[in-house]
Amino acid sequence: MRREPPQRLADYGPLFFPAGMLIVFFVVPFATMIAVSVFQREQGGFYTPAFVFDNYARFLSLFFGKVLGFSLFLAIAVAAACVVIGIPFTYLLSRSPRRIQIVWLVALLSILSLSEVMIGFAWSTLFSRTAGITNLLVWLGLMAQAQALTPSFGAVMTAMTYQAFPYTVLVLYPALVRLDPTLTEAARTLGASPVKAFFTVVVPALRNTILATLIMVFIFALGSYLLPQLLGRPQHWTLSVLITDQAIYQSNMPFAAAMAVFLVLVSLGLVGLALYAGQQRQAK
Amino acid sequence: MHDILNAKLGRRSVLGAGLAGASMLAMPSVLRAQDKSLKVGVYGGFFKDSFDKNIFPDFTKATGIAIESVAEPTGEAWLVQLEQAAKAGAAPADVSMMSQVAMLKGQTTKLWAPLDAAKLPNSKNLIDNFVNKYPDGKIAGIGAVSWYITLVTNTQAYKEAPTSWAALWDKANADKLGLLALVSNSFLLEVTAKTFMGGTKALDTEEGILKALEKLAEVKPNVRLWYRDEAQFEQALKSGEIPMGQYYHDVTGLAASQGSPVRSTFPKEGGIQDSGCWALSRASKKTEEAHTFINYMCQPAIQATLSRKVGTSPTVKRDLLDLTAAEFASVSSDIEPIIPRYDLYQTKSDFLNQKWTEMIAG
Repeated sequence: MRREPPQRLADYGPLFFPAGMLIVFFVVPFATMIAVSVFQREQGGFYTPAFVFDNYARFLSLFFGKVLGFSLFLAIAVAAACVVIGIPFTYLLSRSPRRIQIVWLVALLSILSLSEVMIGFAWSTLFSRTAGITNLLVWLGLMAQAQALTPSFGAVMTAMTYQAFPYTVLVLYPALVRLDPTLTEAARTLGASPVKAFFTVVVPALRNTILATLIMVFIFALGSYLLPQLLGRPQHWTLSVLITDQAIYQSNMPFAAAMAVFLVLVSLGLVGLALYAGQQRQAK
Repeated sequence: MHDILNAKLGRRSVLGAGLAGASMLAMPSVLRAQDKSLKVGVYGGFFKDSFDKNIFPDFTKATGIAIESVAEPTGEAWLVQLEQAAKAGAAPADVSMMSQVAMLKGQTTKLWAPLDAAKLPNSKNLIDNFVNKYPDGKIAGIGAVSWYITLVTNTQAYKEAPTSWAALWDKANADKLGLLALVSNSFLLEVTAKTFMGGTKALDTEEGILKALEKLAEVKPNVRLWYRDEAQFEQALKSGEIPMGQYYHDVTGLAASQGSPVRSTFPKEGGIQDSGCWALSRASKKTEEAHTFINYMCQPAIQATLSRKVGTSPTVKRDLLDLTAAEFASVSSDIEPIIPRYDLYQTKSDFLNQKWTEMIAG
């Protein structure tokens, strides 16, 4: 089928709907946020329209720098953990019988129906001293005494990885199913071990998918504010937690907006960098 | 919006929705029959549940004004919503129960319609500091209920009740405490000042505040959980996972009466007394009904009912109440309370918030 270039305005019709949605649900809210971020904060009140950079200035401090750094580190760590666990898992899944695949996929999809609150409470119970998994280890004789595993960085990481894992599998699954099995067979015929074949054939063939997965989980994890609160210590609170504090508890919308704008810009920057690096490598 | 709803899963919100839904279904005919009605915002959950059951039906019977109760979130989210709505000329609730910090912020922006003292004859029953006034003397809000935040413990982990807030600093309690996460709802600066610095006047200067923060930083190794979500701490306290902390006296009493191994203690320095005011949004057109409602709520008999059924401390003078000594002791205490320095959250809120966050997260 040959595609005609659009001739009349009506030919652009199909574009109007997505463009409209993008404007209504992204451009307008984001523009509002940018506008509010330069408004003047009224202590003990709300804010007045103005054009000041005070809110950004307050953010530029060592303290917030550290919080931002930790948030980015946490999001990257969660993304890496998801991919490292997700690729072998999905690879094995895609090579299992159809029935087993369906059971696993349904189970993973059902995780998506759980809210962040429920995931947080479930993990805080599992990691608790009084009712948690360490009691099981004590019963098995592997541990002397039950202990609390939360609040800790590990608890935050585990819950966030758990929450993002279904998305990881859903993105990787189609690519792995479509992967030509003859590629690995060829590698095996040429004498590569299964592990070597996996790393030298499967992983490089999936490079773009892996990059896309990393970026998706990274963005997803960056917005998390409930799990760090429920399972972490204050030093594990992400920037999103502090934004929520400012917006909801301090009614300091301008500062909350400024932090949010900053977070969006930094994450867009990192995503851009990742995509650029990916392209450079492909160009080589 | 999703975030706001999630974050507010506190003691005052979990139970509310279901009961409110059920009671609305049960009385649609009442709502239709009344031509006079009033939308009243109360903290969702335990509070709203209790008000819907014990207070509002009697009010409707007595005055013929139907009440539509609205579950409001704690924190300042509701203030923000009321403010935005008022700018657009709308009122999600006519009368709302507002905490002191939110009350004062609303006063700055003149969000609250001034109330007419002549139409509130019962307001003379109130203890003076429960009447909020604008600088020109007009009434901005009338004390609805007050409540205490006290030192709570799990009775299995602590056979003896602690007697002083100083227990929070005790090295023996390492990693055992649950404290509220925000400077403006934990009021721990006031607790520190009262316990170690001779009173909350010590917070008058920024040096005093910094000194209190420094002292407070010493409790950090003892704190297992800085909570925003009340349900999380309540659960952990009941199970003994986090056996000590600060929590609401009313809810702790309720949990103890239902058999949980918890107790609430008024330390010798006093419990933290916070209060909620009834305030009328300036966008409301139900001024008459609102006055009738607020006046009704100021009756000693109603305040006594609130103490018995909701566990709140009364805002009217004690000698007007028919509460027995035991009933009064269960909701309040003769120990002089720690009154939060609301003025600071007004004039120095950003400074306090910044230093506080750096203290606990740094």
